[in-house]
Amino acid sequence: MNPNELIECVTSLSCIVTQTSTGLIIGALLFLVATGLTLIFGVLGVVNFAHGSLYMLGAYTAMSAYHTTGSFLLAALFAGLAVGLFSLVFERFFMRRVYDADVLMQLLVCYAFILILDDVVKLIWGAEFRSMGMPEAFQAPPLFIGGGIIPVFYMYLIAASAVIAFGLWFLLTRTRVGKIVRAAAHNPTMTSALGLNTRMIYAGVFACGGVLAGLAGALAAPVRSMSPGMGFSILIESFIVTVIGGMGSVSGALVGALLIGLVRSFGSIGFPLFVEGMMFIAMALILILKPSGLLGGPEQRT
Amino acid sequence: MSKAVSDTPGQRPGPAAAGGAGLGRELTCALIGLAILAAIPLLSPSRLVMDFVIRLAAFGVFATSLNILIGYGGMVSFGHSMFFGAGAYVFGLLMQKAGTSIPVAILGAVVFCAAMALVVGAICVRLKEIYFAFLTLAFQMLTYSVILSWMSMTGGDQGLMGGIPRPVFLGIDLARVEVLYWFACAMGIGCLLLMRMILQSPFGYTLRMVRDNADRARFLGIDVWRVKLQAFILAGAFASIGGVIMALFVSGAYPEFSYWTMSGEAVFMIMMGGLHVFIGPLVGAGLLLMFNDVVTRTTELHGIALGIIVLIFALGFKRGITDFVVQRWRQLRKA
Repeated sequence: MNPNELIECVTSLSCIVTQTSTGLIIGALLFLVATGLTLIFGVLGVVNFAHGSLYMLGAYTAMSAYHTTGSFLLAALFAGLAVGLFSLVFERFFMRRVYDADVLMQLLVCYAFILILDDVVKLIWGAEFRSMGMPEAFQAPPLFIGGGIIPVFYMYLIAASAVIAFGLWFLLTRTRVGKIVRAAAHNPTMTSALGLNTRMIYAGVFACGGVLAGLAGALAAPVRSMSPGMGFSILIESFIVTVIGGMGSVSGALVGALLIGLVRSFGSIGFPLFVEGMMFIAMALILILKPSGLLGGPEQRT
Repeated sequence: MSKAVSDTPGQRPGPAAAGGAGLGRELTCALIGLAILAAIPLLSPSRLVMDFVIRLAAFGVFATSLNILIGYGGMVSFGHSMFFGAGAYVFGLLMQKAGTSIPVAILGAVVFCAAMALVVGAICVRLKEIYFAFLTLAFQMLTYSVILSWMSMTGGDQGLMGGIPRPVFLGIDLARVEVLYWFACAMGIGCLLLMRMILQSPFGYTLRMVRDNADRARFLGIDVWRVKLQAFILAGAFASIGGVIMALFVSGAYPEFSYWTMSGEAVFMIMMGGLHVFIGPLVGAGLLLMFNDVVTRTTELHGIALGIIVLIFALGFKRGITDFVVQRWRQLRKA
């Protein structure tokens, strides 16, 4: 615990800028993963425990794609598409069979996939830590704002996430597709009675969550080291994010992700050993005081 | 209130069926079990078999304790290994640092885990199924990261090193393998018997009712939250004994004891063995241990092999082995 250093940090502009930018990229990546998780839960009513593995798959495929094509943009798009396709298969042949089964079966299917995907990654890319390295396009000198240092890639990452967040918001609230998805989330029986194919909607939402996780993995590839267990830690964090923001709420995921990102980056200065604990305490407090989350609807508790 | 866990047919022994012979039948079963276990070292003095039985005692108790929640309470916990790990660590630390005797350390581990279950359970048991699963998972990861980061106390990722001392108590010397074997068997069977008795008691049937129809239970004046919390505490306390047996066996404690894969394996043990028969989890534990031994000997790709087996059971058979046997048995009797 060094609360003094934290006070020192929040009183100096340079430290605030640096830590805020770090917090924002953590938050941006978390948002992309958590929003997929929350979307799938909101519409399908299942929690995809294997969502972290999709993120991992995205990071690794982006690395390979980057090494072959040399273009980060192509690599990110490829990773998003590949993971989206994979989640389509996962939904179609595995998850769909357990929608109506109890939680135990859903849990076991996801558990099996986490194990299998971790091993597949080990098999293809090796068990040791890998890193992709910063793509050349982003190897510009960092920006100095108020004495704080912000790597150029951070700006791109934050911008890309903001664009995706806006796109998602627009899609869900301002288009016909969004209306259909919200209808399916609200009342699937009625939606299908109106002649809409809920199976297709489910598959689409699952794939969309997969694309988001794959993109998050690709965006994380230059700044994070990769290992076969990387999916699981982000799964836990995104779950905390969705609980804080409200399960099923995309805007809640954004708020929760930014909150957790900032807690992580500033917490690592003030109380490095206690950062994890802080996140859990925040989650427990939310669950006790407002179980539906900060921006969630009512009725989350039994 | 969420709908109760859907039951596969072939459940419900019903008080009449189970309580017919009363406690006598359970005691007989336990004694027969002990007799078989006693015969094993006489028939084959191999270390391998003894080691297997000791591990089976640890995991059998662990999986059965989880089944109090999943099978009888309808609460799918995905973080049960937090109690397994905490039990092992508290026991090991009490032996290593405080130098207590073994019974005191076991008691300490049980009390610690019960208290921990009280706190975690108070937050979790109110929640919907899926929330409950995820939240228990999250708390288990918190336990794991505490074990990893509290280097000075737990030894971090190296685990509790230096071996756990096993001083002689009441003339029992656990440093000898045969004695440890006996001790593990007695503890395992004792815990299973105790759990069986608890589950056949009025409390056990209240728990089943809460699982099947919580609203009705509430109308009858049952404090649903309290019953669930009590079940959670019991499950946590018994899981810690599994951890203690494991710690005695490996003479140490490792962070992996509290890792999520351990919870996943326990959930799968229950599912594979069958969650509607009391000894199902024990059968599942035995099968999974054997499977793990075979797989680690033949291939590096443990995850893929286990994953495929899990998928076959979850999507193919959709029920555990004992459920299957019980169902067949009933069909045969009808015919």
